[in-house]
Order: sequence, then C-alpha cells, then structure tokens
Amino acid sequence: MTALDGSTAADFDPSAAATEATTAILRDTLHGTDRGVVVDSPPGAGKSTLVVNTALELAAAGRPLMVVAQTNAQVDDLVLRLAEKNPDLPVGRLHSSDADAYDKALDDLPQVRTSSKAGDLAGLDVVLSTAAKWAHVKDVEPWQHAIVDEAYQMRSDSLLAVAGLFERALFVGDPGQLDPFSIVGSEQWAGLSYDPSASAVSTLLAHNPQLPQHRLPVSWRLPASAAPLISDAFYPFTKFRSGTSHGDRALSFGVTGDGSAHDRVLDEAAASGWGLLELPARHTPRTDPEAVQALALVVRRLLDRGGVTVSERSPDPAPLTADRIAVGTAHRDQAAAVRTALADLGVQGVTVDTANRLQGREYDVTVVLHPLSGRPDATAFHLETGRLCVLASRHRHACIVVCRAGVAELLDEHPSTEPVQLGVTVKFPDGWDANHTVLSHLSEHRVSYRP
Amino acid sequence: MSLIATLARLQAVQSGRAQPMATVRHRRLSERPLVFVPLTTAGEAGAPLGALVGTDRGRPRLLVVPQPRDRELRFAFLAELAEVVLPYVESFAEETQAETRNETDPETGKKVKVEVELCVDAPQLIVPSRAGVEFVRLLGRSMRFRRTAEQDPDTPYPAPPRVPLLGRWLTHFGERAHVPGSAQLLAMTELLGRHWATGQSSLEDQHLGALLSWIDPPVGTSGAEAAHQAELGRDKEGQLLCPPAGPATDPAFDNRLLAPAIERFDRARTALQAAEDGLDADDRLGELAAAQREIAALIESRTRPTWDAVWRGLDLLRTLPEAPRSAERWTRDLWSYTGHRDRVLAGEPPQPRRDDAVTAARKLQRREEAQARLEAQEALDDPLVMAGRRLTGEAFVGEVTEAVMTYTEDKRPRPRPLITVWTEDQPHLGAGAKVYRSLQGKPQSAEFIGYEEGGVVLRILDKMGRGKEPDEGSVPTKGDRLCWTLFEHDARGGAKLPDAEQTPWTHGGPPGEPTAEQPDPLTPEDVL
Repeated sequence: MTALDGSTAADFDPSAAATEATTAILRDTLHGTDRGVVVDSPPGAGKSTLVVNTALELAAAGRPLMVVAQTNAQVDDLVLRLAEKNPDLPVGRLHSSDADAYDKALDDLPQVRTSSKAGDLAGLDVVLSTAAKWAHVKDVEPWQHAIVDEAYQMRSDSLLAVAGLFERALFVGDPGQLDPFSIVGSEQWAGLSYDPSASAVSTLLAHNPQLPQHRLPVSWRLPASAAPLISDAFYPFTKFRSGTSHGDRALSFGVTGDGSAHDRVLDEAAASGWGLLELPARHTPRTDPEAVQALALVVRRLLDRGGVTVSERSPDPAPLTADRIAVGTAHRDQAAAVRTALADLGVQGVTVDTANRLQGREYDVTVVLHPLSGRPDATAFHLETGRLCVLASRHRHACIVVCRAGVAELLDEHPSTEPVQLGVTVKFPDGWDANHTVLSHLSEHRVSYRP
Repeated sequence: MSLIATLARLQAVQSGRAQPMATVRHRRLSERPLVFVPLTTAGEAGAPLGALVGTDRGRPRLLVVPQPRDRELRFAFLAELAEVVLPYVESFAEETQAETRNETDPETGKKVKVEVELCVDAPQLIVPSRAGVEFVRLLGRSMRFRRTAEQDPDTPYPAPPRVPLLGRWLTHFGERAHVPGSAQLLAMTELLGRHWATGQSSLEDQHLGALLSWIDPPVGTSGAEAAHQAELGRDKEGQLLCPPAGPATDPAFDNRLLAPAIERFDRARTALQAAEDGLDADDRLGELAAAQREIAALIESRTRPTWDAVWRGLDLLRTLPEAPRSAERWTRDLWSYTGHRDRVLAGEPPQPRRDDAVTAARKLQRREEAQARLEAQEALDDPLVMAGRRLTGEAFVGEVTEAVMTYTEDKRPRPRPLITVWTEDQPHLGAGAKVYRSLQGKPQSAEFIGYEEGGVVLRILDKMGRGKEPDEGSVPTKGDRLCWTLFEHDARGGAKLPDAEQTPWTHGGPPGEPTAEQPDPLTPEDVL
C-alpha cells in the first residue's frame, strides 16, 4: 500500500488497490490462523460489499456464519444485499419480538427465514441480527465464524455479551465515525483494557494485539473534491483516495441562479464540491430559526433548479431527486425544526436526521447545519471528530454547510479541556484540530448571507 | 442545558432568587441522615485534616488531625471516624423483613422463589459537595486494604481494628453514588441544584454557600448579592466569611492560620520529647494540649458553617413533598445495603481494586438502566419536569377530541381503539412511533398513526383486559386530558452477560481464580 502515499494520481489504480486489499482480507479470514481479523474502512470504501462478499465466501466454504450489525436497518440492508447477490442462499433473520421488528420486504424472499428464536434458524448458512438481539441468545452451539459490522460503533460491553457465540470473527468498521457513548459516567473504568464504554475494536486489540489489521484504501462514495479533505482532517495517519477523479462526476442545474445567496452557494458547491453559507455571527438557541430557514431554502432551491448529476455509474445524466438529498444536524430537535421548515416550503422526501442516524448512509448532495453554529461554547459533544466526519462524508457530489460566522474564534476560545486519563490511547486527530482543518477548507467556498 | 433550565436561570437572574426546577422532592431523605463534612490537607491527596460528623444537628462530633503528615495521628482520626460511622451504618442491619426473590437453582437451573431478608431502612450519608463524594470514595480506597495487627502481626503499620471495615463501607457508599437516583450518599449541592435553578453558572453552583444564598437569601438582599458576598466576602484578617464547603480549604486559611498552628503543635511535640524531668514534661504536655486545642478550634471554625449549611439545605428540601416514585428507588438502595451487609457478614474479602470485565460491563448496564428509569420517573412524578420533556418534544399533553372503536382482524378480535388528541405541544413523532401514558401506575402504550385536523391520532395497543371489549376505564374517552410520553416508563433490561469464568477471548479470557487483594505495598514515595 506504499503506492498510495507516494504516488501521483496518474499511476494510482483504485480498483487494483481495492482488490488487493480485499484479497488479503479474504485470505486472512478464510485461511488465517488468528481468531480475529480487523478491517478499517473509511467512508464509502465498500464496507458493506466486503461484508456481503465475505459472507458468501464463508457460506460457499460450508462454514456456518453469524452476522452481527448494530441496528435493525443495517441488518435488513445486509439481508437484502445478500439475497440480491445470491438468491439461493438460505438466510436467517433473527429479530426481536416487537411489532415491525424487521423490514417487511424480507417476507417476499423465499430463501429468507425470519424468527425471534435462534433455535428456529439453526442449520441455515447465514444468520443475521443486531448485537442487542444476539446478546439474548443462549444455549446454542457456537458458530464457527462471525462478521461484526460497524465494530467501531459497537460498545465493548455489547461485544462481551455476544463473543461467546462465535469462535472466530471478522470485525469491520470505520474508526473515523462516532464513537459509542454511554448515558452515565464511565471514567471509573477509563484506562482498563476492557473499559465497557470503549469501542469493541479497542478492547479486542488491547487483548489481542497480534490480530491482522487491514484497511480499505479507496472511497468509492466521496468525490475527488472531498476525499483529500476528509482523509487529511479525519484519517491523517491512514490516508485514503477517491475511487473517481475530478472529471468523473458533475453536478449542474437546469435553471440558472437568481443571484441570491442560496443560489450562489449552490453554484459554488456544484463547481467545487463544497459550499459554505455563512450567516452573521450571533449566539442562538440550538434550533436557530434563521439558520434552519436558510437550510430549508437551500434544499428548496436545490430541487427547484432541476439539479442533474453525472457519475461513473451511468453514462446518462440523472435528475437530482429529493431521495438523493439529506440534511444533517447534530441534535434531534434541530432535525425536527428542519423537517417542519421543509414541510412549510412544500418539500417532501428529503432525509433529515442527526449524525448518529446518518452513519453508513449515502446521498448525492448533503446540506449540513454546522454543529458549532451559533453556540456560545464548544463542548466535547460538539467537538467530537466523528460527528463532523459523518456529516461531511455522506455525499457523492457536493456538501453544503450552513453556519454562523465566528466558529473559528469560538474554537480558539475553547481548546479541548477533557481530563487526561491514564492508560487511555489519545485519539488523533482531536476534534478541535479536525474542525479547524474543515473550516479553513470551507472558508474558500464561502457565500455570506444576511437574512 | 435544556431550554427549560435556561429559562429558569434567566428568570432567576431577573428576579434575584432561585427558581424551582421541581415541584416535589426527587430523592428520599432519611429521618436520621449522617452528615459528614470532611476537610483535606492541601497538597496531600487522601490526608484528612479533620471533619464534623454526626446525626445530631446540635452536637456534631469534631475530629481533628493536628499533624496530617503523621500516620499515627491519621490512624487515630480514622479510628475515631469508624467509631461514629460504623455504629450508625450497622444500626440499620438488624431490623429486617422477609421478601421473596427469584433465583436460579444452581443444581437444577430452574427459577425458584427464595425467601430473603431485606433491611427495612438504610443509612444515608450527606456530604456538602460532589468533591465530598469523591473524598468518601478516596478514604474508602485508602482504608479497605489496610491490615490490622490481628489480621497480620507482621504488618509494619497496623491499622486500628475497625478501620479496614470502615474502608469497605465507604467504598460501598462511593460506588453507590455512581448509580443514578440512589440516595445512599448524596451531595447537598447536587440535591439543591436538582430542585432549584440559580442565576449563576453550574460551576458556581458547586459553592454551597452561594447556592443557598440564591435559594434562600437573607431578608432585604437579592440572591445575586448574597451569593457574591458568600463567594468573596472576607473579614479584616482576610479570611473568607463563608468558608468553602471542602474538602479543600482556602489557601489564605492554610497559610495564615493553619500552617502557624501546626508549626506550634510540632514545636510543642518536639519539646515534649526533649523534656528532661517529669515537672518539665507536665508543662510541655500542657503546651501540646493547648496547640492541639487551637487547631481543633480552627477546624471547627471552618467546618461548622458548612455543617449548618448542610442542615439548612435539608430543611429547604424537606419543604417539598417526596416524589411518589422515589420510594421505589429507595427500595433498590435497601437491597444494595442489605447485600453489602451480607457480604461483610459472610467474611468476603474487600471490594477488589479494579472491576473485572464482566463486573464493569454489568455495572455500566445497571447504571444506564437506572439513569433511564430515573429520567422517566422524575418526569412522571413532576409536571414541571414533564414540562421540560414536552418542550424538547419527548412528551405531549392534550385533550381527547375523538375516540373510535376498532378491532384486530384475528379469529378472536381484540380491541384497538383509535383516539385523536388535540395538543399545542410539538412532539417529535416519527412514523410508527410508540407513545406511553400512565394508567393506574402502569404504562399503556399506543402507536402513532398520523396527524389529522383534530390533532394526533393514536391506536391504543394494550392494558385493556382479555376480552373483546376493553375493561372499564382502560380506554380514554372524549374530553379526557392526558399526558403521553415518547419515552418508556421503565428501563429495559440490558444484554445477558456471561459469568466471569466465561469471559471470552475478546476480553482477555477468564480472570482466573480470585486471589485475595494484597495491601498496598510501601514505596519510597510513601512519605506520609
């Protein structure tokens, strides 16, 4: 993988690099002697594809497999992808006993058996469920193999609850996204190798440092305009590249801009991949009405102006529809306020959610409310690297950030002050640094707006 | 900070008085709490300087370490502390009631009912501030691995007999203080801060004197002025009028009063050791006693105002009626106390220095459950707390404008009434969201169907009895005013964790046979 860091774009073949990495991962997983294999994957590097392919290979090799994901949506998504790739593979979907425990689309697939009891699914090639559900399974024969998806978002204690169910496992995840959290203090265990509030991977590696670690070197989602920034800001020691180059993707509008700030920021984002719509500096409540309104107007104009995207996926331009747009916020009440504002403007079908819920999702264009916009302070929550990383890495074409002026000054006034805990590996880069990197890049694409 | 807390603080600034954040008291206060006001020595973590402790407001017991760097004197202090605290803690151990508990029979693996004892009341420790809670934990940690001469005749510095046991109990209280909603060890500043919002920052709220000034200012002054005076006011000698609640002391006190007094004590002690004859020794013993009395008076002068402030805080809190659901949380404290009593009686070793992987995970899970339970219970007990949840879109109150009966299409149809609730709140209801209301103390759940002209449409799902027709009173009718929450009313149990002997390879494998923890080894750094 040395070619990655030293080479120029011209002699870098993303497909070859990705294939090389995948081959090594499959080799270690299928034929290696270690009980675990860890794969780090930057945003949009084909993590799900890797999980599906590995599952199929393991099934083909006749090894019973359990798959652990973190949310029901992730599990359902994996089941559908497996079914798409191999419609003959018998798959089990273990689910909770709640109503609507799984996607009803699974009921239409004859090879997928769903049940809330692990016993009913015994003998199937692949059984998938959430970590929370697996934790309640007991008195079963351990599986030979497991794949743990989104392992960096899984907490150490939830791995503890399921690790007895498998003999060997492949852990896949994105170290740059949001760390797991707990709603009560856990400083008491900080520094212990098995700190229950730490991520599953950090506990796993603390106890098994010899495990092979791989990483996927190419982001297929992020465009050439975004990959270098995200890589520098959030993955400074494990750089990755974009799978496409500058000419491969384009965003354009059928309707010319009317000269308003909203249209100008859209034009800037279409041309450069980034746009910053900056409102005047002001301390505001979380649901800053002006910022929310500005955000909603940007989305409205994005749809009204007939956006068209061109990408490597198809030779023909595709219209930019509402389902290919997402709005990201830090807090749930902000998301709710944006939803209301969008509904008032008659916009439907646009995803509006918090960073936590946007993890793992992909859109053509994202519009983001900056986590520090209008705040009088910069808390650890708002500075968390993963939050900004998730918000700034969901897009295939362009990302537009709406923010109050003054965030750079706010950052300078609030250096990170979290107490240093003995024995805890310091995480790099810290949120403060990453925020500054992203902000200075965004400032080159700034459009000022006075409501 | 939530919107309602910000609003309350703004109102406090405007009015000059703290504003209520609760209409009921959300923690059980014991009839007979033990108040503990410790002071620590500056620069020497874990070297106590003195304390006021006791259950009688008018007659606190003053404990003093005249020379905190002297191990013997510290042990004497801890032995005295054990004399006060342990009889109090143990006084709740005798009176028990019989309870039944479900346990798994180790031989058959079946669930069986077992009759067990539950203490009917439990001790409650009150310290002035959060730092006091941490100090209790630290004291516990410093004592529980000590050995007495009886346990180990060769130990170089044997601890007085009851000191290790005191360490175990203080450790228990310190651990319990991490459990949300527990009332075994409480910090007065946190108790007051839960029930009132002041016009100062939450950092300043950690000053007990300032906090009380906001809540109950002297007649004729505003809370802001009184708090300012409490924080900064000094007398002619430059000493704070309202000494900090500790355990840390004011540097001006340390430098100008305490240090010279300790020096006089040291001199008197050296002189006594050098005394040549009995008459001489008598004189010098008198000087030593005088020096000791002087230090004791200094310590009392710094702790007594805090002692009184803690009791004043208790008075203020007792003006609020107790929240109904705090009894349920107190019962959990009773179980915890009874459990530790049994472990001590059974001769189990002290709590280990570090939790093993399974214990740590289990504690974290239980605390998260306790936090979720506490948040739900506080909201259900208190309309003011619920108002905060309504403001954040996590609950809504409204009037039922329509109720239509529908049934499931099963062989045995079950009732699934649809109700429409008109509300001015703005709940964050997503498709298929579940909402809950309290029906005779039990949560009844409903599914969010959508918005209609008349308001929020819900389908009631349960608590309607077994028949086709719902039980009397189990379905809301037109005109009812109801409060629905988007959060569950009780916490769900967490994942089932393996036994410690079955710790998996990902977490380092089984910890092995538990070995008795050794006392802390003596190192050259141990100058105390």
